[in-house]
Amino acid sequence: MMLTLEKMSVNYGPIKAVRNIDISVAAGEIVTLLGPNGAGKSSTLKAIMGLHPAASGRVLFEGQPITGMATEKIVRLGMTLTPEGRHIFSGLTVEENLKLGAASQKDRIQVEETRERVFTLFPILKERLTQNAGTLSGGEQQQLAIARSLMSAPRLLLLDEPSLGLAPQIVDQIFSLIADLRQKGLTILLVEQNAEMSLEISDRGYVFSNGQIELEGSRDALRSSKDIASTYLGMEKHSHHE
Amino acid sequence: MNELITVVVNGLSVGSMYALLALGLAMVFAILGLVNFAHGELIAVTGYSMYFLAFTGMPFIIIVMFAVICAIVAAVLMERIAFRPIRNATIAAGLMTSFALEMILEAGWSNFISPLRMPIRVPAWMIKFWPIGDSGISTYQAIAIILTVVTVIGLTLFLKRTTIGLAIRAAAENFSVTQLMGIRANMVVATAFAISGLLAGLVGFLWIAQRGSVDPHIGLNPTIKAFIAVIFGGVGSLSGAVTGGIILGFLEVALRTYLPDSVLPFREAIGYLVVILVLLRWPDGLISIRQKTD
Repeated sequence: MMLTLEKMSVNYGPIKAVRNIDISVAAGEIVTLLGPNGAGKSSTLKAIMGLHPAASGRVLFEGQPITGMATEKIVRLGMTLTPEGRHIFSGLTVEENLKLGAASQKDRIQVEETRERVFTLFPILKERLTQNAGTLSGGEQQQLAIARSLMSAPRLLLLDEPSLGLAPQIVDQIFSLIADLRQKGLTILLVEQNAEMSLEISDRGYVFSNGQIELEGSRDALRSSKDIASTYLGMEKHSHHE
Repeated sequence: MNELITVVVNGLSVGSMYALLALGLAMVFAILGLVNFAHGELIAVTGYSMYFLAFTGMPFIIIVMFAVICAIVAAVLMERIAFRPIRNATIAAGLMTSFALEMILEAGWSNFISPLRMPIRVPAWMIKFWPIGDSGISTYQAIAIILTVVTVIGLTLFLKRTTIGLAIRAAAENFSVTQLMGIRANMVVATAFAISGLLAGLVGFLWIAQRGSVDPHIGLNPTIKAFIAVIFGGVGSLSGAVTGGIILGFLEVALRTYLPDSVLPFREAIGYLVVILVLLRWPDGLISIRQKTD
């Protein structure tokens, strides 16, 4: 397994955001975490990356326990997160953002190769290199956020709400990009509000409710599940237009 | 005209010192949200280091270099010992810690060294006065201005060209996302403190060259000015801190020169009044004026 969560819980003060969840992601998979806002999906990703400590349970990356490890060390092991809301460094240029993305990498030749690969995926970024990242459009900023993550040459990428706040046309582009990344060998753990589109590109999914996993299964099983169709898929569509 | 030259020279040299101090404060604040009241104690560290190193009989310039290194080491130790354990605590915890540290150090100088002014011999060339017409400039003032220009240019290059410099700018925007780049958080913070120590050390040297002595309270006044400069320039902005410092220096010197004798005792109050009026109009500081005109 690439990533395993064993009975992981996350607390924010007195609030139990995530309770006793078990999740696994195999190499080469796209796995989606679904569920309403506040169900614990983002908290799960933050806990995996060590940005907020897990209260209990274990996190294993490629079999190695990483619970309680510093974020920067986890990134160096080969896993990173593209955070919700993109959080590109808006006062820095596109070039500088990408350079920071590669800060954990020692091998210069390899960084140059990764850079070229990133530019074939996101040709627009090459045109915008010297521009301040804050001046990019929303779609371009999301591309930069993902590109910046890719610069650390991860084997597992956690993506938190990559389609949030983007125009429908751009959302399509982002999802086909994610599918494309998997084709190229990257393993992806995706958190999305847009359940329909994310299930389409996923192999498996977990459905969160109130900090617990309510349902898990393959794409087709989740898609055909009546509960999902009526509650989550239906609800997601509404909340997406809020 | 001669009076104007005096105001420009004095304003620039005083403003330069405020600017360097403010820059260190602003950098630490931008990254950690920490208001470091103990920053001025780094000036005292520089001063006492110069005082004790003078007994070795080394040349003045070497003494100054070692004293600045002492300030850098002290700044890094401050972070390591006092601020790192409370890094993820509330802003109030940071405030209390830096206040406590300031008081402990000030009491330490008083009790373990001396509560009195200790003289520091400054070579004659440092205080030599170079006349320009009826006015002029002294060596340490020229050094202050040149040192500030060189430091600001050097720091700008550092922040733009090196990975750790980029990381400091990134951390000022978003600390946790910077960690997601695989950058060591402790490294970024320690570097920012080292830079703030370097800047405070340079100011300490200039301040002491001018006064020729060190005492336990030496850091207080310039640090208060630097805080005002940071707020005046726009909290969180490095260029704002420099601009704020230089304007504050000019304001202070201009008021001292042009105010009639009868109101001269109120010059500090009048200076702060100007700052308050500017902040009432532009609450985000000078930086917000610049952004609006962009």
